[in-house]
Amino acid sequence: MTSKILFAGFGGQGILFSGKFLAYEGLLEERQVSWLPSYGPEMRGGTASCSVILSDTAIGSPIVTTPDILIAMNLPSYDKYESTVEKGGKIFVDSSLVQRSAMRDDVDTYYIPATRLASENGMPTLANMIILGKVIKETAVIPFENVERTLKKVISAKRADMLEVNMKALKLGYDYEG
Amino acid sequence: MSEKVLMKGNEAIAEAAILCGCRHYYGYPITPQTEVAAYMAKRMPKVGGVFLQAESEIAAVNMVIGTSAAGCRVMTSSSSPGISLKSEGLSYMAGCDLPALIVNVQRGGPGLGGIQPSQSDYFQATRGGGHGDYHMIVLAPASIQEMVDMTVKGFALADKYRMPCMLLADGTMGQMMEPVSLDITAPETVEKPWAVTGTGCKRPHNVVNSLSLNSEELEVWNFERFKRYETLAENETMYEEYCMDDAEICVVAFGIAARVSKNAIDAARAQGVKVGMVRPITLYPFPKAPLLKAAEHCKSFISVELSMGQMIEDVELAIRCKRPVTLCNRVGGLIPTPEQVLASILKANEM
Repeated sequence: MTSKILFAGFGGQGILFSGKFLAYEGLLEERQVSWLPSYGPEMRGGTASCSVILSDTAIGSPIVTTPDILIAMNLPSYDKYESTVEKGGKIFVDSSLVQRSAMRDDVDTYYIPATRLASENGMPTLANMIILGKVIKETAVIPFENVERTLKKVISAKRADMLEVNMKALKLGYDYEG
Repeated sequence: MSEKVLMKGNEAIAEAAILCGCRHYYGYPITPQTEVAAYMAKRMPKVGGVFLQAESEIAAVNMVIGTSAAGCRVMTSSSSPGISLKSEGLSYMAGCDLPALIVNVQRGGPGLGGIQPSQSDYFQATRGGGHGDYHMIVLAPASIQEMVDMTVKGFALADKYRMPCMLLADGTMGQMMEPVSLDITAPETVEKPWAVTGTGCKRPHNVVNSLSLNSEELEVWNFERFKRYETLAENETMYEEYCMDDAEICVVAFGIAARVSKNAIDAARAQGVKVGMVRPITLYPFPKAPLLKAAEHCKSFISVELSMGQMIEDVELAIRCKRPVTLCNRVGGLIPTPEQVLASILKANEM
């Protein structure tokens, strides 16, 4: 199986980190993995993005042009990438920052007020992990029981205090119904 | 095999160089290769090595010349505009027969260009870049594992053939992360009796120099160097063939373009089109033999490049223009999509 995932949003929303989290999960499962960030001026405003591919076979192009899963953390990203998602794919939108609803009916769109949930729960920088929790719930991309192990790998020992709150954020998104 | 880790290509090169015993790095920051320098700045002091951010690319490459002349394993890295600045030094290195690893994480050009990926320094790399009759070994990795493996290979070949070796990557290869094993065997240190290490009053002085005002002598130096290039081509040419056994169309691509082409080839094969790929791993020496062989059973060739068509000339030369070669490209920092490459394959199939 191959999952092509595109994370997109503003620089500073943790787009690259959520991508890295999935990439580490793939690494620990000994799957084929690629992680490709946008770099340069995009990181300082506008849309930052990150392509992640998890596969059981060798990965050709690491560039995700037609994602199975799109995580759109702001309106410019949603506008730019909604049309690129594969038919039958899944789109996760941060509905705190994106006011419009889907233009397509051949994909499943999930609206998660991740930024609002993050600030209400005292974790204003973790909207990315909240939305990722929902992604894990609604897709077969990775099993939820693996997330704690993977977090331990991604979060450096120096930042071990961040482990618990990241777990909480993932769980919050995982349990979100709305 | 040791545990795999996730690393950016730029960092993987730097760590591999340290594992190869490289203890001297001189550079100057430029996107998209800055992580090489950043990694070296962090790691070199911990392993007793030298990291030095020079005042310019020209200074950095001249430090490489000095260190190599003293017999040490040494590297520098930059991106396209910085490599142009270093090219004078590369010519001097070739003229002095000095080994070193030079990394070029290419970006769009010409001039200052952009910061997104490109392969438009192909001519510069494979023809030498600087003035005079010379070549560098040019290695073109297409995965993060190959970034590591080619770093190892690059140091080994540079020492073996006493010539500068360029690792020619691009922005995607530098910035991307993939699982990589760093379980490598460092190339053996070779004897360098020519190195300028101090005579200890026991031997005549060694002189490392590219100047000869005696034309007969300079000609001999050039002849000898090109003999070495022939041996290099005979023994060290590297390439990968993909689905070539029954191929009627042959895609030629390296680096990121080869990764994209692989998707397109799989898609075309699913439609019953007999297409394969020859992926040069050494761009100099260029894998002429497998391409000439492919021309026996392939009706046409497609050169997929992130340039206006540079490698395509080497493809045409390799197959002695026996078959048509078309170009499939994007430039300015853009990358062809698998769909674009597939369209080129299908078009070639109709011919």
